[in-house]
Formats: sequence, structure tokens, C-alpha cells
Amino acid sequence: MLELSGLKKSFVEPNGATLPILDIPQFKVAAGEQAVIRGRSGCGKTTLLHVIAGITHPDAGSVTIDGVDVTRLPEAGRDRFRAEKIGYIFQTFNLLEGFSALENVLLGMAFTRGGADRGRACELLEQVGLGHRLDHRPAKLSVGEQQRVAVARALANRPRLLLADEPTANVDPGNQQQLVDLIREHCQSEEVALLLVTHEPTVAEQFSRVESLESFNQAVAS
Amino acid sequence: MSLWKIAWRSVQQRSLSSLLTGLSMALGVALVIMVLVVYGAVEQQFRQGGEGYHLIVGAKGGKLQLVLNTVYHLSQPIENIPYSYYKEFTEGKFAAFTEVVVPCCMGDSYLSGGQTYRVLGTTTDMFDRLVYGKNSDGSPRQYTFQAGRNFKSANFFEAVIGSVVAAKTGLGVGDSFQPAHGIVEEGDEAHEHQAFKIVGVLGPTGTPNDRAMFVNMEGFFLLEGHAKEAPPEESPAEKKDHDHDDHDHQAHDHPASDGTAEAHDHEGHDHPPAADKHDDHAHHAHAHHDHDHDHGHAHQPLPESQREVTALLVLLKNNLFSQGLFTRINEGQVAQAVFPVTEVETLLTKFVGPIQTVLLALTLLIIVVAGIGIMVSIYNSMSERAHEIAVMRALGAGRVTVLAVVLLESIIISLAGGLAGVVIGHGAIGLMSPYVLAETGVLLHVLSFQQQELVLVPGLVLLATFAGFLPALAAYRTDVARALIARP
Ligand SMILES: Nc1ncnc2c1ncn2[C@@H]1O[C@H](COP(=O)(O)OP(=O)(O)OP(=O)(O)O)[C@@H](O)[C@H]1O
Ligand SMILES: [Mg+2]
Repeated sequence: MLELSGLKKSFVEPNGATLPILDIPQFKVAAGEQAVIRGRSGCGKTTLLHVIAGITHPDAGSVTIDGVDVTRLPEAGRDRFRAEKIGYIFQTFNLLEGFSALENVLLGMAFTRGGADRGRACELLEQVGLGHRLDHRPAKLSVGEQQRVAVARALANRPRLLLADEPTANVDPGNQQQLVDLIREHCQSEEVALLLVTHEPTVAEQFSRVESLESFNQAVAS
Repeated sequence: MSLWKIAWRSVQQRSLSSLLTGLSMALGVALVIMVLVVYGAVEQQFRQGGEGYHLIVGAKGGKLQLVLNTVYHLSQPIENIPYSYYKEFTEGKFAAFTEVVVPCCMGDSYLSGGQTYRVLGTTTDMFDRLVYGKNSDGSPRQYTFQAGRNFKSANFFEAVIGSVVAAKTGLGVGDSFQPAHGIVEEGDEAHEHQAFKIVGVLGPTGTPNDRAMFVNMEGFFLLEGHAKEAPPEESPAEKKDHDHDDHDHQAHDHPASDGTAEAHDHEGHDHPPAADKHDDHAHHAHAHHDHDHDHGHAHQPLPESQREVTALLVLLKNNLFSQGLFTRINEGQVAQAVFPVTEVETLLTKFVGPIQTVLLALTLLIIVVAGIGIMVSIYNSMSERAHEIAVMRALGAGRVTVLAVVLLESIIISLAGGLAGVVIGHGAIGLMSPYVLAETGVLLHVLSFQQQELVLVPGLVLLATFAGFLPALAAYRTDVARALIARP
């Protein structure tokens, strides 16, 4: 489902020095598989998700999702591919302030060929327990509720892969578990592969596959 | 969710700055609309003034002066032509070509409320047989009377006044007024003539005639200072004209010299008015009329040898005659002929057009400044919106899509402001309209849309595209990875 090979990414520091962040010879996630990635702060977890999503272009190597090497797609093709095949949840500020909860979900569907499907958007918000908050602006939702809207939005287009970058970091512990359950259940029922970055041991220990980025990233190891 | 909706949401999100920049656009557009509509009406009034007859005939001299005096009742008074020349058009060598010839005698005025209104001596044909301009369906516009009737040829001291004169002076049917000799200005001490009785008020025409007063020419001739000194002997028309020209300058008999003489009087010596008075007494003797009688029919008409007219409005039997007659008159020694339509067109392109262009340029500049305001406002918001744009990109929006959203935002503000401007502009015209009508006789319609207004929509879209381009480019260039990590 997801296969990284020979992936390299380095940043150029302000002083001109090259800083290698990623050097991953091989990494695979099977269809519908749920995996956690851990690693110390600044080791390149977000950068890895960006490269997989096609937001950041790698220096070398390939990112193959559903048989398509996204690094070879032109930029517009990567954007379209991302819209249709990949869901993305950030740590915070997932939602657009000017849009209601429902509109934020619809926005997630706006950039695909299929267009917005209001029925599915409502249904998803219902499923994440926000059926009564459809018209609320993000400012009127708690952080936990905002993250649940983000989950609904990430799943709106029936993606094949969900990337979640510390989705529970700003949520209080009570809601943390609820959110993790939500993400896992939905990925399971919709057969979405999940790659979840987290620092929380309580979250990580629930997954059968937990990988430390340092373990397969040679840029950090060296 | 359409891109319009996405753009609209961000307009809403920054509602205050959207409102203010949209308002500045609205004001610019409203000003453009007002300039367009007002000038459209002014232009129409200008055109209509010169329509309804083929030629204006008057003393040789400036064409513009003749048109300004005859059509617009403006400018320095001009010299007269012999009455015998007028007769050439009614029963002489030109009569075969003419349908209607309306003589106009000028040089008198009426001062009221600080405004000077021209008083013209003319015949009943002016309103009975001439038309002004055309209706939108192409039918000619007839003069109508909102009160009373046309004056009668037999009643020498009857008058008809334009609608603006009636509204501004408060004069109406049954009232009398005394025209003053010369074109008096406020502060001038004028000779006041015998009174004319108003028998009719013209309906609004939207022409300069709304601002004029028309009296029976026969009465006009009998007024003090209007009779030419009786020539020593009857002379042929051509020769008489030469005489007349010389004579005019000495005898204070034509309006221009009279007017200036009056003005000078005030500044100093008192001798010339005495001379004038003396002159007038001489005329009384000739005219054999008594001022104490104010019944029109009691007066004897002025002998033709003592008459002169200022201009002739000539309606030909056939438009085909116009060029030939034009040439014959202008080749002669007595008078000049002008095509009013041509002169009016020249006037429009020389004076009205350029002023409109300057005003339009200035108001368009306001629109451009409003466009720059929109650009600055959106551009300033771009840094705080980088995160939201990055989120949209992460959701799969392409660079071109986020660029389009920002452009649409600029277009929404511009168009909404522009539409508000159209409403404000026409609304303001509606509010101004009664005042402008009373003041100038120009009828402004609230919904008199000008063709140029159609250009506004594509024009505003174009402007908005330019205005939105810089911020849209910033959106296009957003570094998604960096903006996603950064806290908004
Ligand atoms: N655009 C960039 N230019 C230069 N350096 C960058 C850029 N983006 C990230 N980095 C650097 O790359 C390294 C990895 O960053 P990244 O955000 O991937 O870490 P992370 O593992 O997600 O950390 P955290 O757990 O704190 O989120 C950091 O040292 C960061 O400073
Ligand atoms: Mg990170």
C-alpha cells in the first residue's frame, strides 16, 4: 500500500551547511495496517509525513502509494492525488476559522473530482459525535471537538492512507483515548491505512506496530 | 463547496476591511455613474437645443457666438440683421425653400433672485410650428404648455416663459414682468421696460428654452431703445445693411454696446445714460405710442424700416435645400448661416467632451485607488492566512486553486462594491433630480442607465484581477510545509 525506498531529504541550514533529515532505504505499510511512529523532537517525523503526502519533495527515492510513485507526479497531480487518496490530521489548527464544522468537512471534499457530498459530511460528523454542532465555528468548539472535526474531514474523501501528526497532543487525557478510538475504528471500518505520529506512550502501546523513526532512518542513526 | 463560497467566507472573515475597501470602491463607481448620467443628460440637452430646424441665420461674425446666443441663450450679445432680410425668407428670394422661419430678437433680460434670464422677442411659430428633439420612438417633440397657452400675434405684450424660469422666479400665468434692456447682471441698474403679461408656461423640454422668456416680437420692437433710428430714405437691402452696421456702433442701438455702456455708467460718469434717454425720446416720437396705455391692441406696430432681428431659425421644406441655402447666405454680404447640429457637435467635442473626459479620468482614478486599497488590504492579510492556505493545500488544493480563491475574493469585493456604487450613484441622482430639474431644466432619470455602465462589470473584474494578483501570487507561492509547522 505504502512503500518508501531510497528516500532522502536534507535541508540547507542558514549557514550553508546541509542537514540530512531523512535517509530511509526501505519502509512499508500494508493496506489497512495501523502503525505508530515515535521519535524525539526534531528527528524528522513531520518531514516524513510531508514527503509521503507529496507536500515536500524528497531529494531522492520514491514514495509509492497504491502503486503510484507520487514523487514522479507533476505538482498538480500530487495535489489531486493527495486530495483523493490521503487524509491528513495535524497537531493543532486543523480547521479554517471562517468555516463552520460542516463547511470544514465539505472543504476537504472540494478539491476532488467528485466534489462535495453533503450527506456523507453530515454522516461523518454524526459518527464523530458532532451531529448537533454542524454549524458551529471552530472558535466555539473545544480542542477535542475540533480534532474530531479534523478526523471527519480527513476521512471525507474515503482516502487509502491517513496521516496523523500528533493528533492528541493538545487534547486532555480523557478525550485523548476517545479520539484515538475514533481514528482507529474509522480506519478499520473504511479499510484505511494509518500512520500515526505520537509522543504519548499510552497511545503508542495500543498499537501492534510501533516504529521508532530512528530505527529505519539512517540520517538520524548516523 | 465552490471556490466562490470559499472566497466569500474569507471576505466575511475580514468583514471590516472588506466593508471599508468595498465602500471605497462603491464611492468611486457611484461618482463615475453620476458623471456618466449627468453628462449624458447634459449632452442630450445640448443636442436637443440645436434640433428642430435646419439653419440659424444671424449677423456675420463668430459662428459659436451665434449658436450660443440663439440656442443656449448665453454669451455676449451679437449684432442684428435687417428686418428686410428676414422678409427674404418669408416672402422674398428664399421663401420657396422655407417651411417655417422664426425670428428671434435678443438683447433684453430679466433679473430675478440673482439669476439673469434672457428675454427673446419672437413669433408664435416658435412654439406652434417648431419642434425640439425627438422622443425615443423617433417622433418629434412638440412644445407643450404646463399652464396657459401660447401668446397671440395680435396681443403685442403677451409672453410665454420656460419651465425653469417659472419654477425659479415664481412667475406664472397672469403675472407681468418688465424686461430690462441689455443683459443685466446682479447689481446693474437697468432700464425697465413696459410690462409683458405672461399667458403661458412651457412644459419642461430639457432644452435651454426652459431658462428663457419669450415675448411677442411686436411688443419687443416697441420697447424703449429697440427701434432703429428711422433711415433718412428707403434704401436697398444690401446697402441698408452696411448703413446699419456703421450706425449700430454709434447709436447704442444693438445690445452689446448698450450692455457695456450700462456697465460703464456705474463706474463713473453719468453722461451716456442721458444720451440714451434722449435717444429714447426720439423713438417715442417715431413709434407714436403711449406708455400709459398697457393694452396690447392699443399699440401701433413699429414700422418695418425701424425693425431689426437678431437671428432666424429656419426650418426648410426639404433637407436637400440646406447646403445650397447655406452657401448662398454665407456668400452674401448681409448675414451668415450655420448648421446648428454641426456647431452643437463641435461645441460638444470641444468643450463638453473634454470636461467629461477629465471628470471621468478623475473618478476612474478613484476607482483605481479603491482597487489598490483592496490589494493592500488582502495582501496585508496574507501572512496571517498562510496557515489556512497551507491547510487547504494539504487537503489537496492546487497552487492555482488557492490563487483563484484570492483573486475571487478581490473580485467579490470589487463587484459588490461596484454594484453598491451603481445603486448609490443612481440613488443620488434620484435625490438630486428634482433640484437639478428646477435649477437647470435637465431631467435626470434615476434609471437612466448609460451604455458605458455595461463596461463597469468587465472593467471591475479586470481591475480586481490586477488588484488581487499580488496577494494571489503570495498564496500561490505559499511554502506549505513551513506554513503547516508554523503556528498561525
Ligand atoms: N523547511 C525547512 N528548512 C530547514 N529546516 C527544516 C525545515 N523543516 C524542518 N526543518 C528541520 O528539520 C528537522 C526536522 O523537523 P520536523 O518538523 O520534521 O521534526 P519532528 O520530528 O516533527 O519534530 P516534533 O516532534 O517537534 O514535531 C528540524 O530540525 C527542523 O528544524
Ligand atoms: Mg512534528
